[in-house]
Amino acid sequence: MTGWTALLLRDLRLARRVGAGAELGLVFFLILVSLLPFAIGADQRFISRIAPAFLWLAALLATLLGLDRLLQADEEEGVLDQFMLSGTPLELLVLAKALAHWLVTGLPLSLVAPLLGLMLAIEPQAMVPLALSLLVGTPALTLIGLIGAALTVSLKRGGLLLSVLVLPLTVPTLIFGATLVKEAALGRPYTTPLMLLGGMTLLMLVIAPVSAAAALRHARQ
Amino acid sequence: MNDARPTSWLQLANPAVFNRWADRLLWPLVIATLGLFAYGLYGTFFVSPADYQQGNTVRIMYIHVPAAWLALFVYAGMVVSALGTLVFRHPMADVAQKAAAPLGAAFTLVCLITGSIWGKPTWGTWWQWDARMTSVLVLLLVYLGIMALWRAVDDPLRAARAVAILTLVGAVNLPIIKFSVDWWYTLHQPASVFRLDGPTIHPSMLKPLLIMALGYLGLYLVLLLVRMKTELTLRRIDRLQRLAAGIPGERA
Repeated sequence: MTGWTALLLRDLRLARRVGAGAELGLVFFLILVSLLPFAIGADQRFISRIAPAFLWLAALLATLLGLDRLLQADEEEGVLDQFMLSGTPLELLVLAKALAHWLVTGLPLSLVAPLLGLMLAIEPQAMVPLALSLLVGTPALTLIGLIGAALTVSLKRGGLLLSVLVLPLTVPTLIFGATLVKEAALGRPYTTPLMLLGGMTLLMLVIAPVSAAAALRHARQ
Repeated sequence: MNDARPTSWLQLANPAVFNRWADRLLWPLVIATLGLFAYGLYGTFFVSPADYQQGNTVRIMYIHVPAAWLALFVYAGMVVSALGTLVFRHPMADVAQKAAAPLGAAFTLVCLITGSIWGKPTWGTWWQWDARMTSVLVLLLVYLGIMALWRAVDDPLRAARAVAILTLVGAVNLPIIKFSVDWWYTLHQPASVFRLDGPTIHPSMLKPLLIMALGYLGLYLVLLLVRMKTELTLRRIDRLQRLAAGIPGERA
């Protein structure tokens, strides 16, 4: 497992030093949120009503950032070849990549989201559920993205294609996540969407590494 | 060996054998399809009764519902082909996958467009964020993604395997998408939507519907065979061009 941890740490270090990963993702998230009132007007009550949906959409878009380079950089530098030779199962290695990606996108997003929720006048009782929903749901988004990244790894301009492949598959996660926050804002119990959201993440935890590893193996035969 | 029956489906991996069998199947299928459509459309417009509420608009059903069935059927076929590609490395499975995707997308689009035309007089709106329509829309998006991936990867072998993985991932996700959209709909849709539950379908309507469905199936199989033959020819041309250009490593 040392190879696995080394890969995780390397990716986190790369994100910090080269990509300015976490901060930039958060700035993007903040920009999206501050653009919203310009687009729909400053009506506080209306903003409050669409805020859960909008924050989830923004999280979805922010997660997509950098996905096209998630595996591509390693492909170009020959690191993927080393993965194949390393003896550690490729499934686990791509999982480490996804985890690193989530730690610099999904996790900070989840923690900052209540603050932005404040700006969008979300009901106070929905703040914690908002963070919770993103915490539980964004791993599923990253994992679905991992599949897309593996499928488009050898393509020069895979970014747009990746979004087209990935976004339809995120529909359930988006539905469960946004519903959770809406239910919580209305003061209703949100256990069911939370369970379903967790189920999506667990399911993707199984499917994504296997599919991504298969896609990478097939891409170099 | 050449004129023998394909004793195993593995023999169909040979494009020449496949082409011969496709040619033998093609014309009977074309005639059967034309016959089914003629009979089905006659039933649609002259035999089947108008609905007591919807009047003649209900006849759109005979175009609409089979398209919806085929949209799902084609995806199921693509899943089988994807397994053929990944597990058995069957070259015809690659070709079948590639040929089927635009057909599936087309059936899905026909389903959406006829549904929209049907919705205008009955529901009073071209588009309604109804659970079924939304699921079909997502299905169309998945089809479009698959077609985009086919286009993006140059090497047909690699493309086939990548698409096969995407198709399988989609197959796992589509039921979940369907469930989640149904769930979303029941939670958040206003109750004012006019639902087409109606009475269970009468035999006088069921018969033309089933015949139209068989006609659609025949049409799909004809187009699939033609597209597969075209794809094989295109690949052969590509290979010969590479050979003529003297690209090393290419065999005739």
